[in-house]
Parts: sequence; structure tokens; C-alpha cells
Amino acid sequence: MPTMTFRIRRQDPHSKRDPEPRWDEFTVPYESSLTVLEGLFYIQEKLDGSLSFRYCCRASVCGSCAMYINGAYRLACQTNVKHLGGDVVTVAPMPRLPLVKDLVCDMDDFFAKYEYIKPWLIRNSPDPEQEIRQSPKERKKLDMPIDCILCGCCYSSCPSVWGEENYLGPAALLKVHRFEVDSRDEGWKERLPRWKNERGVYRCHTIMNCVEACPKELNPTEGIQWLKLEAVHAVRRRLFGRS
Amino acid sequence: MIHHDLIVVGGGLAGLRAAVEAKRSGVDVAILSQVHPGRSHSGAAQGGINAALANDPGSGDDTWEKHAFDTVKGGDYLGDQDAVMQMTKDAIGVIYEMDHWGCPFSRYDDGRIAQRPFGGAGYPRTCYGADKTGHYLLHTLVEQAYKLGIKLYVEQYVAKLTVHNGVCQGVVAYDMIRGGFEAFTANAVVMATGGAGRTYSNSTNALINTGGGMALAYYAGAPLKDMEFVQFHPTGLYSTNILMTEGARGEGGYLINDLGERFMERYAPKSMELAPRDITSRSIQTEINEGRGIGGKGYVFLDLRHLGAEKIIERLPGIRDLAIHFEGVDPIEAPIPIVPSQHYSMGGIDTDVNGATAMPGLYAAGECACVSVHGANRLGGNSLLETIVFGRRAGAEVVRYLGDLKEKRPNARSAFAAVQAMEARVDDLGASTGTEDAYTVRAEMAGVMKEHFGVFRDGIVMKEGVDRLMAIKERCGMIGLRWTGSVFNLDMIRTVELEGMIDVALTIAVGALARTESRGAHSRTDHCSRDDANWLKHTLAYYQPGVAGPRLDAKPVTLGPFEPQERKY
Repeated sequence: MPTMTFRIRRQDPHSKRDPEPRWDEFTVPYESSLTVLEGLFYIQEKLDGSLSFRYCCRASVCGSCAMYINGAYRLACQTNVKHLGGDVVTVAPMPRLPLVKDLVCDMDDFFAKYEYIKPWLIRNSPDPEQEIRQSPKERKKLDMPIDCILCGCCYSSCPSVWGEENYLGPAALLKVHRFEVDSRDEGWKERLPRWKNERGVYRCHTIMNCVEACPKELNPTEGIQWLKLEAVHAVRRRLFGRS
Repeated sequence: MIHHDLIVVGGGLAGLRAAVEAKRSGVDVAILSQVHPGRSHSGAAQGGINAALANDPGSGDDTWEKHAFDTVKGGDYLGDQDAVMQMTKDAIGVIYEMDHWGCPFSRYDDGRIAQRPFGGAGYPRTCYGADKTGHYLLHTLVEQAYKLGIKLYVEQYVAKLTVHNGVCQGVVAYDMIRGGFEAFTANAVVMATGGAGRTYSNSTNALINTGGGMALAYYAGAPLKDMEFVQFHPTGLYSTNILMTEGARGEGGYLINDLGERFMERYAPKSMELAPRDITSRSIQTEINEGRGIGGKGYVFLDLRHLGAEKIIERLPGIRDLAIHFEGVDPIEAPIPIVPSQHYSMGGIDTDVNGATAMPGLYAAGECACVSVHGANRLGGNSLLETIVFGRRAGAEVVRYLGDLKEKRPNARSAFAAVQAMEARVDDLGASTGTEDAYTVRAEMAGVMKEHFGVFRDGIVMKEGVDRLMAIKERCGMIGLRWTGSVFNLDMIRTVELEGMIDVALTIAVGALARTESRGAHSRTDHCSRDDANWLKHTLAYYQPGVAGPRLDAKPVTLGPFEPQERKY
């Protein structure tokens, strides 16, 4: 039977016995439909019960299994081993995030920044009895940012996050963009101080790693640039009126 | 020991909606979830959520009563009609509320929420956001949870309910990030843990949908209801059982056999591909069984090519991506190989219309509960609706319960005892020298469920299936852990949850064998017709300590304005 070698980065930083990082190799039976996630399950079930990784939907919609696979950000469930080329699959946790264990990163800061930007629809007007009307054209503006699955790939890949631990990062700023382009939202003023500063949009230097990293093929950089431009327009409107 | 007035177990749509409702009334509420709430399986729902908004130009006379009728008929008259009407009446308001909270529904030109046709529905009644409706609804409620400051305990595996003098007073949870078991005490617990799809080897469900919450309530003494009714979705991807939305057929997709026929003409000439799921799945399975699967194999085609690239990209972008990634097929260019796949548990923890179970302090909502609104077969678009309607109602009911509750101090000794019991169980598993392997046992159980309790069922085959499950349960006692580390121990979680999965599977199996009729998704080759005289009733399954398999009881169906009649589509 054909096989595949999985090279996996292992570390249990909380263990007194074995806290140092290492690479473990496992031999996994290969078939053409094998995904990286299935390979990890094979290892956890048959070869090494101590392996830790996140999983949930196995259909690329939940964002749990973001990892660094053969040198690229990928969802393990969405990655068919066949498409990686070669007969070694290298799996590591998302780089530059604090580690819980093996392939599991600590996402607390990521979600704290998400929470910080007030990621919810802000309304001051009273709600109508029925739906708030929104034209298909207005709705279309949401298409890109609402598909974010909060997997963290963009955040881990961003050099501006590496350099400034307080930078909100691409995912949280894309969420700001998601609400600011929503015709139903009235939170511009309330949210503005959270992102229009050096920890927010101005820390993005359009390196565009986030675009490359995103497994859903979204474009956080575009959302961030839109916010920068809107912030300028808002100042201009304040100083010179609407025209 | 950590205390909150209300603990919600599960952070999907039902749990979030229950927590939001309670929090808005000032209750101290926390959600415990095995994954971050935004990763819950609710987010995998695709096609939409039903409500008689009558937004479609052709559906001006749609009403919640017609929605109720379609639901009752779709469920083959096993649904409780008072509960169904409550759901379809509440539906309209909760959808508008989700819009007010920012849910990005697709829109008609006039700015109203767009609605598409779905199986078994008389009108285009299914509100949708492209084919990612669950994801959009889920993120909207996660956002509300953050807005309201609801306390989230993320990556907590809830392993046990704490019961003191017959009252539910909290849970025991394994903290996956920090390691160790912790007692959470509460004056009320809402179970919102989703379905039991993973008891089958051919499920569309997320890998965490093991029926764990059902098992905990069952062990604590609350009965499970109508577990034998398991929905098989007509269109799971052939190689992975990943869901291809019913919306694909709602938008006009065809089902095609090896002869190139739209074979639904033989089974549901009026509704064609939009017959309810039980009928459509049986039709597909019949084609496959009679050799008309593609190339004689075990699948048929879902063909979307005639819809055109523009419509597929606008309305069905999510399933297009899934078909490309997981089946290597672009639906714009080629038909998709599909097969009926386990999809939904109509049964669950027995509750009333307010989420209350037989046990004081214990509530349930969503797929893990059975109100029952889906009866013997759920209509597409009604499960997202159920989560939000009954999550909200359960949250409101807990507020009332807490307001009336006199003794508000959970018993600390019981909470500690529950933690100690869990620790002892894991220690025993760690020390076990048993020779059985948890993952082999799990795979065998899921295989038995697929082979013996599938789309078509037969008495002799099911009896053999029950016997095999009993034998599998015996082997559970001889399983040991492979790793006893404290942090993110998947081996421990997956071993501990296995016994619950087998006991839940047994409620399905024993219930199915006992019900000597065909109704909705429960279709027997040896009892082909519905038997209202003997079986127009709910099954209740009670846990019996020390005995493999449940004790069965029955409960009357609440009838109403809709007289049981033969289903034709």
C-alpha cells in the first residue's frame, strides 16, 4: 500500500517532562482522497494518542483547523495531500502565535481584538417592524467580508502583527469594514476611535500576506484600505462640506 | 468551583439565542462550548430558514398557518401541532430580529429579505443568505453574545451533569486549554449541544456532533424522544457525505440517474426534486438499489449545469467551492455525484414548547432537543428556525423559572462529588489494561448504524443491528487511554464520549426496531405503511443503569387543526 510521511511539529510547553519543540515523523497509508486532517486523525487514533489539533466541521466552513502545512497557511480539512506534491507532508502550528500544544495555538488575543472593535451591528434609529430594507446593491458590498471564518491565518501571517503586539490585525479590521459597509449600520462614530490610529488601520503597510494566507480567498487588505480612505473622506466632509 | 445563574452548554444557534434572551433579562449567564461558538455546526447550514414573510412576489398569500400545515404534513403527522404552530407563528418576528442584529440575508430588489423554494413547502418561504445562511446567522448571534458581554468558556468539554435531589444544578467540564475537570454550578442548565450524526459513519455532520448532550441528559434521567427518526439528506457528496444544500434543487437543480432520467418523476410527479427529504432520499436509494446509480455505482448526479455560471456563482457559491475542493467537480461544468447521507436527528431530549425537560432546572433547545416540531421528518429550513425560536423560548422560560426559584444555592458537595466521579472515571480509563481500541469500537458502531438503520429498514436486519450494538457496548468496558496528559487530550475526550454515543445509538436502534410501521424517515420494508391506530404516538427512551439498551415508553401526539391524511407530493 502506498504511504505518506507526516512530519509534525510537536511541543507541550506546559509539560515538565517534555517542554521542548521537536519534529515527529509518522507513516500514514495514502489514498487519493486523503486530506491532511484525515492523516492527523489516523495518527491520533492509531499511532500516537497524545497528538493535539483542533477540528470541527471537516468541510472548510468553521475555521478550526488552520495550520501551517508545507510552508503555507491552509485548513487541514480542505487540503488534499495529493495536491501538495512530494511524499512528505510537513505540519506545524500557525507561526508566531502562543502555543497551547502541538498544532493548537492560543487564540485569546485574536478574539480579544475581535471583541475590541465592537463587532456587532450598531443602530441608533428605532428598528422598523419588518426588516430594515437593503438593496441588492448595498448587500453586495458585504459579500467579501462576511465570508470570514475567523481561522486566524491572516493574523498569524501579518508582519505588522509580529512587530506590534497591540496591532488589531487583518481579521478584526476586516470585521470593522464589514460593518462600516453595511447600509444598516450606524456605528461609524462609536467604532472610529477603536481603529483609526496606529494600532489600527495605519499599522497596515499593505504587505498583503493576509491575502495570500486566507483559505477563503478574501482580501483583508482591501477592506483596510477602504477604511483608511473613508477616514480621509470623513475629515474632508467635516472640513469642507459634503461636496 | 465556578457559579453562574444559568449555564448554557453549546454555543451554536440555539445556545447563543437562549443565552442572549436570558442575558437581556439580566440573568448571569455563561456559555460552555467545546469549540469557539463561531465554529459551531450551525454555521455549516446552507440553504436557509423558513418563515412566512410572504416577500416573494408569488407568495403574497402565504401565512404562518400554511407554514404550520406544510411542517405537520412533512413530518407525517407525528409533530405536536401546538408546538408547530408556536414555531411558525414566532418565526416571522425572530427573522426580523436577526435582520435588525445585522444578519446579511440576500435581498429582493425592493430591499426585502429574499426567499427561495424548498422541499415540501407550498411557497418560496426559505429566507437565505446565498448558500451560507447558517454561517451568517451564527456569526450574527456570536456578535450579539459579545455585545451583551455573555461570559464564554471556550473549549470546555462538558462531561457530566450535576444532579442534586432530582434537580439539575450544573455541569462538570474538562478545560481543554488548561487541563483538568472543573465544577460549574448553576440554578439552571440549557443543553444546546446539537445532533448525534456521528453515531453514523455516513453523516453530513461536523465531527463534534456526537450526541453528547443527549447522552448526558439521558444518563441524568431525562427521557429521549422519537430517537428512531433520523433524517437522511438526499444530497451528500459521494466520497465525504459533505452537504450539498437543498437550495441547489430549490434554485432548479435536477437529480439524474444512469439513464439520464429525472427519476423523481416516478416518485413525486408534482414536487419533483422538491419533495420532502425522506421521500427524495428513498427515491435516490431505490434508484441505486435497482442498479440505476451512475455506472451502476452507489450514487446519482445532482446536475446544476443548466442553471448557468452566473446563477451558480451568485446563489450557490459555497457548495460550488465544496464540490471543487472535496469531490474535484466544478458544478458549472459537470454534475455532482451525491448519495443520501445521515443529516439530522428529529429526536432528542424530550421538552415542552418552552424547552423544559422532565427534570427541574434542565432545559434543552435545538437539535439535541425534541419538542416535537419535525415529527417523523423535518422540512429543510426548519432546523435553523427551530434553534432560534426554541432557543429564545428556553431562555425566556429560564428567566421565569429563576424568578420563582426559592432555593438558589446549588449544593456544593454534589458538585464536588460529580467532579470526583469524573476524575475517578478518567483515572480508571488511564489505568485500564483492557485490550479494546476506542477507535475501532467507534468505527464499528458507526458502521452498524449506517448498515442496519439507514434509509430503508427491516426487522430482521435491525434485530441483528441491535444485537451487534449490545455486543459493542460490552466491549466499552475494556478500553484504556493511550495518553493521560492534561492539556488538549483528544484521546481522553474521544474515549469518554464513546460510551454516550453507543447508548444514544441504542435508543435509535431499539426505538426503530420497536416501531412496526413506516412513518416519515422511518421506512420499514417489513411494515410498509403508516399505522395511525397503533403508532400515532411518540417514543420515549429511558436510561436503565446496568442494562444495555433503553426502557421504552410512549407519549401521545398533540393533534390540532390538521387531520392526519396520506402524504402525496
